[in-house]
Amino acid sequence: MSGSENCEYNLRMEGISKSFGPVQALKDVTFKVRPATVHALCGENGAGKSTLMKTLSGVHIPDSGNIYVRGQKQDIKSPKDAIDAGIAMIYQELDMAEDLTVAENVFLGAEPEGMIPGTISWKAMNESTAALASSYGFDMIKPEARVSDLSTGDCQIVEILKALHKNASILVMDEPTSSLSEAESLRLFEVVRQLRKKGLSIIYISHRLEEVVDLADDISVLRDGSVVYGDTAVNLDISLIVQHMVGREIKDFFPERRATIGEVCLQLDSISADNGVKDISFEVRRGEIVGMAGLVGAGRTEVAQVIFGIQKPNGGTMSINGKPLDIRSPHDAIENKIALLTEDRKRTGLCLELSCCWNITLPNLEKMGMKTIVRPKRESQVVRKNTDSIRIKYSSLDAPADSLSGGNQQKLLIARWLMSDPDLLVVDEPTRGVDVGAKREIYVLLNQMAEEGRAILFISSELPELFGVTDRILVMRRGRIVGNLKTSETTPDEVMHLAAVENEVYS
Amino acid sequence: MSKFVRQILPFVSLILIVCLLSALVPDKFLSIDNWLNVLRRSSVNGIIAVGMTAIIITGGIDLSVGSMLAVSGMVGAITMISLGDINPVTSELHITTTAMIIGTLSGTIAGVLCGFLNGILITSLNLPPFIVTLGTMSSLRGIAYVMNDGQPYNVPEYSFLGNGTIVGIPISVIIVTVIVLLAAFILRYTRFGRNVYAIGSNSQAAFHAGINVKRNLTIVYTLTGLVVGIASMIATSRTVSAQPTAGISLELDIIAAVVIGGASLSGGRGTIIGTIIGTLLISFLRNGCTLVGISTNVQLIVIGAIIVVAVAVDQMARKRAAGADA
Repeated sequence: MSGSENCEYNLRMEGISKSFGPVQALKDVTFKVRPATVHALCGENGAGKSTLMKTLSGVHIPDSGNIYVRGQKQDIKSPKDAIDAGIAMIYQELDMAEDLTVAENVFLGAEPEGMIPGTISWKAMNESTAALASSYGFDMIKPEARVSDLSTGDCQIVEILKALHKNASILVMDEPTSSLSEAESLRLFEVVRQLRKKGLSIIYISHRLEEVVDLADDISVLRDGSVVYGDTAVNLDISLIVQHMVGREIKDFFPERRATIGEVCLQLDSISADNGVKDISFEVRRGEIVGMAGLVGAGRTEVAQVIFGIQKPNGGTMSINGKPLDIRSPHDAIENKIALLTEDRKRTGLCLELSCCWNITLPNLEKMGMKTIVRPKRESQVVRKNTDSIRIKYSSLDAPADSLSGGNQQKLLIARWLMSDPDLLVVDEPTRGVDVGAKREIYVLLNQMAEEGRAILFISSELPELFGVTDRILVMRRGRIVGNLKTSETTPDEVMHLAAVENEVYS
Repeated sequence: MSKFVRQILPFVSLILIVCLLSALVPDKFLSIDNWLNVLRRSSVNGIIAVGMTAIIITGGIDLSVGSMLAVSGMVGAITMISLGDINPVTSELHITTTAMIIGTLSGTIAGVLCGFLNGILITSLNLPPFIVTLGTMSSLRGIAYVMNDGQPYNVPEYSFLGNGTIVGIPISVIIVTVIVLLAAFILRYTRFGRNVYAIGSNSQAAFHAGINVKRNLTIVYTLTGLVVGIASMIATSRTVSAQPTAGISLELDIIAAVVIGGASLSGGRGTIIGTIIGTLLISFLRNGCTLVGISTNVQLIVIGAIIVVAVAVDQMARKRAAGADA
């Protein structure tokens, strides 16, 4: 696998330290990546993964330590230096000129000149893009296609092409599957394997440990800014990785279910809506956690939108606590004691510039007796009293929401909806982009809310958590419910099968 | 710490300008008359800037305030004239107190309607505020011209609002003070004010938290219409005439004042006190330039430069704050 002696490692980062003020984010980190391997970088949020990658990509300059690419010492002081050294980053949020074509994006800033100086040779550009794509087996990418017309998965491949075009030999992929469907993820894994075969080193960052175990040749685990594990992945399984990440064994990762299941809280009867929801019937009882499984695009979020008054149903009936439910807006839903934790906390959840306190009370001021006039002192007292049990880590209640880590932002939103005292809580991918420790806390919170007699509808794409937390699982496919299973009597295979059958893997 | 610096920066600049002018032209600048004059002149802009602040906090903008000012003034003035008594002998116009009151109200209501129109267009057609108010800026200006064939309406006796005083304090200054205090209270201590910030910070999130975004936005634009209506009557009274050309390019001064005061054009950030400091800053700068003998043409250059510098400094302070958090 290794080439000549000095090429044993494609990338060596040695003794990297970096402090921000009093906080030491990286402590003497040594990180080595072999050529033609997938090297997973694991760690909880705040463990130093992104800081380490930012020193590699020239965003941060380390306080000490050296970076070697193929044995050559590199002095990376800017993103341009990193690109010149053959290091490419594929970020979570893709960064492309959406109105340009694939080829234009790949060649952006270095377009081949045409016959007349100063013009662009479109032909040369499209041809070499096509050649580059097909040499890696990415024939599905058409150079003339407009990027805004591509799926997220295809956009990622364009990003990879951009990197390959710049002769990258080290590719950093940060949570590449977080916005992909199951089928697209599978295809991405093939792409990653293909790149590995061509000799590239891929540094792979993901919260989804199943993927990591599946893909990685080597694994490094960061905890509190230090490397606590750095070796081959051969002998690792998920629980061992988690152990390294959190520094202790996680027993009983999922909390024990003790809630007693009571009356019917939410009932949907043949609900259909223009957003693709078709003939949905199910009920959620008080104290019950009902999971909702399905592939991306199966219509789970759309069901949540109907329940929360965002989308008007065009057929069927809904009721809550036996009372017919006729809602036209989230405001109506909240008045009917329904809460929705949306799947994208940054886009539809938080007002990032506003304080933690304001974010928590946003839908609750009316209930707090502040329908017209707000009394800030009383407001923060009430918030403190009600959210004590949630243990959100913030510097103060007045700190802006964007100063919090992902997990704490999610807990902030849970605190918000807990304060609204809902009978029904719908949570849509509540643990997405949240580290392992915070995940468990979220499960515990949801469990507690169920024990208090609330009904919970739990939408998730992660089967382990659905099986760990829920009492029943609804499976959705193409806008319909195709399975309503008791969690204790089913298996992940059965759920996956119901969710995916009839669904072409990739078209 | 740097958040604090950012917030007091406009205030410090204001103090610096006042000190500088006191040193340069003490006799002219430090007279009570001059200060009252500056305050009186700031009052129209200050009142409108209060409304603009709320709009900018929601992430919107209103380019039509200048045209609204003209239309409202014209409506107020024509109402007064048509209700006034004409002396049968001299055929001279006499505007009665009743006519003044009704005229003032109708001018104000005209402002409210203009603002409501903006709000409804923005929320029901889902159009960007920039485009809608660019349109109404032009249309309303056109209406102001059409009303009297481009000629102003003279309302000779209507001078109380703009030039009158109570115990030596100009009426207009009292009005602006009341509006400022009221608006500061509403933004800070009411649920409506909270909604304004939430919508500006993230309207999607606000919607998902049960806030009626469209209704709140319509109210914000309508209230801005209200304060522009009030300002228009003060402006009419100051010159005892309603000019169809009133308030041309006024929106730029107003937006500049709000931005200098620390509001963010991307929404979610801004304060009334900041805006008032921004308004005073521009007014003192104008006044100072005049006193020192800098022509109005050159003043434009100075004001423009100040806006760019103010926003640049603000951005730098913000970046530093963000860096410290990371």
